[in-house]
Amino acid sequence: MRKQAEIHDRKAESGWRDYRRAFLAAFPHTIPVLTGYLFIGMAFGVMIQEKGYGPLWAMFMSLVCYAGSGQYLAVSFFTPQTVLTDVIFLEFMVNIRHVFYGLSLLERFAGMGKKRLYMIFSLTDETYSLYFITKAPGDVDEDKFLFAIALLDQSYWILGSGIGALAGSLLPFDAKGIDFAMTALFVVILTEQWMEKKNRPGVLAGLICGGAGLILCGPDNFILPSMCGILGVLLLFRKGLPGGGECGEDSAGTVEAEREQP
Amino acid sequence: MPVSVGRTLVIISAVAGTIFLTRLLPFLLFPEGKEIPAVIRYLGRMLPPAVIGLLVVYCVKTVRPAEYPFGLPEMISIVAVAGLHVWKRSNLLSIGAGTVLYMFLIQVVFR
Repeated sequence: MRKQAEIHDRKAESGWRDYRRAFLAAFPHTIPVLTGYLFIGMAFGVMIQEKGYGPLWAMFMSLVCYAGSGQYLAVSFFTPQTVLTDVIFLEFMVNIRHVFYGLSLLERFAGMGKKRLYMIFSLTDETYSLYFITKAPGDVDEDKFLFAIALLDQSYWILGSGIGALAGSLLPFDAKGIDFAMTALFVVILTEQWMEKKNRPGVLAGLICGGAGLILCGPDNFILPSMCGILGVLLLFRKGLPGGGECGEDSAGTVEAEREQP
Repeated sequence: MPVSVGRTLVIISAVAGTIFLTRLLPFLLFPEGKEIPAVIRYLGRMLPPAVIGLLVVYCVKTVRPAEYPFGLPEMISIVAVAGLHVWKRSNLLSIGAGTVLYMFLIQVVFR
């Protein structure tokens, strides 16, 4: 009996040590998100606090909802006139891009057991993006590493929204523009993707469809049409793009990519 | 609080549930252990760079190029981030320096 408990203890202990290692390895990669989430989380905290909800409400929402634009939008729902079906419809439209994120992670999240559901729940733009520029160091378990990134990111978000609701208006310096950290993070990832030739057709599809959608449909409604455009383009050129058909690396997409390179 | 605690909780549940659903949907459609169609695998591989491109556009969607400051702070900072990243290839440096530059541009230069 006692021996069994001891073995169990030792197992748990090594499990914890693995997690510790995963968190230590993951933390430096999440620092850009830390900066961004603290401040855009604070912005959310300030907004919700102005509606009359304290820091606990702000943190509770960040715990169970966990979405930047989704939570900003949600602030406007706390009025007696709100219709629940509108809430669901609008939130779905604002977050519809997330429907496509999982497609790239179906296999990566497979076999993650209990953690899998949290990995799916916590799939924000920033966390999703980090998965594609970070790699677990050799001695760290890949699943635990990804889990650590996800959990750290959300903790920054919860912390930021709490601080914002508590003292957002008392900030000692002008933080205007600090949310650019998020844009910069995406630009860095875009640059990384661009440096790998096989990703260029995809990057171009995203930029061109995004830009065209923005011009044609305006800033409030362009994500869905752009997303459809991207899917259409990717499917249309499937045979010609790397990993699509049999043609392999030397593809029409790559040639086009080089021609349009600035 | 503009509405009751109960009503607040109902709204938050609807928001949380809907957001979770958008993230869960692909995993519901292609559950663990089920063969993933080749076309979905292909999309899964090709979508990340495209989505990142779209997200960059999303970040600058409120920029008005026809009005002062003509999107210059964003343009300058984005070019700086990308250039710095190609040069030094350090995530933190590119993001940190780019953000400070942007804040300086909108707070001091293009007021």
